[in-house]
Amino acid sequence: MLALIPLFPLLGFVVNATMGRRLPKALSGGLASLVMVASFVVSVISVWQLASLAPEARGTQLPEVVYTWFASGDLTVDLGFRLDQLSAVMILVVTGIGALIHIYSTAYMHDETDGEFARYFSYLNLFAFFMLVLVLGSSFPVLFVGWEGVGLCSYLLIGFWYRKKSANDAGKKAFIVNRIGDYAFLLGMFAIFAQFGTLDFQSVASAVAALPKETGFGILSISTLLLFIGATGKSAQIPLYTWLPDAMEGPTPVSALIHAATMVTAGVYMIGRNAVLFSHAPATMLTVAIIGALTALMAGTIGLVQNDIKRVLAYSTVSQLGYMFLAMGMGAFGAGIFHLYTHAFFKALLFLGSGAVIHALHGEQDIRNMGGLRKELPVTFWTFLIGAIAIAGLPPLAGFFSKDEILFETWMAGHWILWTIGVITALLTAIYMFRLVFLTFWGERAHGQLVPTHGQDAGTVLSDRGGSHGHAAGGSHLHDAPPAMALALIVLAIGSVAAGWIGWPHAIGGNNALHSWLQPAFEAPARAGAAEVAEAAREAGGEAAANVALERTLMLVSTTIAALGIFIAWRIWVKRRIIADRFAETYPGLYRLLLNKYYVDEFYDSAVVQPIKVGSTEGLWRAFDVNLIDGAVNGVASIVSSSASGLRRLQSGSVRTYAGSLFVGVIVILGYYLWR
Amino acid sequence: MIPLGHYLVLSAVLFSIGAAGVFLRRNLITILLSIEIMLNAVNLSFVAFGRAAGDLDGQIIVFFVMTVAAAEAAVGLALVIALFRHKESLNPDAFTSLKW
Repeated sequence: MLALIPLFPLLGFVVNATMGRRLPKALSGGLASLVMVASFVVSVISVWQLASLAPEARGTQLPEVVYTWFASGDLTVDLGFRLDQLSAVMILVVTGIGALIHIYSTAYMHDETDGEFARYFSYLNLFAFFMLVLVLGSSFPVLFVGWEGVGLCSYLLIGFWYRKKSANDAGKKAFIVNRIGDYAFLLGMFAIFAQFGTLDFQSVASAVAALPKETGFGILSISTLLLFIGATGKSAQIPLYTWLPDAMEGPTPVSALIHAATMVTAGVYMIGRNAVLFSHAPATMLTVAIIGALTALMAGTIGLVQNDIKRVLAYSTVSQLGYMFLAMGMGAFGAGIFHLYTHAFFKALLFLGSGAVIHALHGEQDIRNMGGLRKELPVTFWTFLIGAIAIAGLPPLAGFFSKDEILFETWMAGHWILWTIGVITALLTAIYMFRLVFLTFWGERAHGQLVPTHGQDAGTVLSDRGGSHGHAAGGSHLHDAPPAMALALIVLAIGSVAAGWIGWPHAIGGNNALHSWLQPAFEAPARAGAAEVAEAAREAGGEAAANVALERTLMLVSTTIAALGIFIAWRIWVKRRIIADRFAETYPGLYRLLLNKYYVDEFYDSAVVQPIKVGSTEGLWRAFDVNLIDGAVNGVASIVSSSASGLRRLQSGSVRTYAGSLFVGVIVILGYYLWR
Repeated sequence: MIPLGHYLVLSAVLFSIGAAGVFLRRNLITILLSIEIMLNAVNLSFVAFGRAAGDLDGQIIVFFVMTVAAAEAAVGLALVIALFRHKESLNPDAFTSLKW
């Protein structure tokens, strides 16, 4: 039953990849969407089965072994799936939001040729397959298959418009940066196997639970740190986040599905999946939290000044992922996964909304060339606004609950510096999101091309169709999202409003159902340390009661912050647009620093890429290859040829010389035997 | 009865004369004759050994050598005639075009 969940998208991939070229768009797109819906239905049924297990059986899972993948000595790895509370949340997000984005894509990608259209959907289905393997896998190797697979699909989809050089470059960048993380992830896996002799998540958790918390920096810290480096690659954290903003070269629905809602959260999921392991390595946990907070702040500041609508959202994604890692590092795994889940709704919504804007404007992506779209694109505007409010964190929309829980947990852990960073980031989030909203939907359409656009999207790349439309043809009538796109937008908007309600905190009369639902997934299997867990739960309960007042205060703070951010954005970009420009003129250095993303790409280029390039060109190619390798090959040849040109003198053609040498040879051989 | 050593010394002397002829003479026919001397020196030592050992093996081998030598002489002389027709010379040093 569980195997069906990833198998449906795989089926869609196989059909679209093998004969999609010959299918009409309605059929290939319809099939791709249908398999996702089917997968979603199976997921719902499976989660229902899990939820209806007896209450005392909570913490048990639905395991399923498909077959033994490989067995070698002590190591046996099954291709096994396991549905627990954490996977349940993930498969619902992946299949649910995935299905919506498939449906949206059928309209968005409609300008492509049949073959390209089918290729797009085959990649998208393949991605869903790998992502589901990732979240359902019961051991590290199975997770790693999905981990690598989604990286591959990400590469394929970023470079979907492969005739565009920037798209190709972005795809390669994503792949290579991810590989760096994957390498560390593999090392982490090896370290864990060396230590515990098993790669099954549950067995590792049981083994770790029996150990005391690691003080200092031991094997647990090393292995978890390596795993975390893998997560920074996949989930775009410092120092490996640079690929994600460039990934916006792909089609917008891809950005929504892969580079916002699902794949980039894989790192967060992986830490949640190994919650027991990570919480036994406090050194790593602190690193995770600090990296998360720094990433959140840094990406938030960059997001303030970017002018490409998708890039702003990309930095916003990086920033929100930082929040999730902050929560994970604080040990608030439930809060992190909660934010992952709500973020999937509103960020997918925002990306799809930006896609609708880009679609309507025939490929325009620069927000300086937008404006006044409020009346012309009502569906897009209202849904986008809901998404923006949700991410800014105004109650009772989804983002408020999850972000607030993270900030509360950070405060409770006593890390007030990290908490301050979190609050500043929340302010920044509200400002840059509403800057986006105000510049795009308020004010007047910018007439004439103020800024030349380089970014093109919405299928105008592979043909000159875009040219005949002309970008943003003055004040002409624009088409709002077509039905398939509107459907996805509206469903996601509803989700962005309501998704947070299942985590309604105790402090304001809720029961935080998600938190208690997820709790068993973060604990070692009941056999090991059951008493300890129960005690911790009691402790947590007691604490919670005492902190109602504090939690309410913090909620008030974050709500105020969000409202303040929106107000600032309104003052600057609606009331007095001049302020922003004046600010940029007053602090040109700061502005350029932010606009150029802290020069991190340039730094990596000069610190890593160029040395490797120079080392390869000068050292490996010109010195080693040319001199040593080629020298060895050519040297052997010239030795043979020079000695041969000496030896061939023996071939004199004179019979008597031959006879003489025969004679001498016989004498020598006989002499040797006689005198031996 | 003549001892074996005498036969062998004679054989060695004959062989050396033949070998010297092969190396030193500059006439192809003389060289062929020198080869015949070398072969007969060997035949002599075979026969001597056969006699000393008291069996017929040595003599049988000599018969083989004589047949081969006859064949060799036929082919060799034919070659000499062909070479002479080619270069009007019997000096082996004239035939050195087959080299590097």
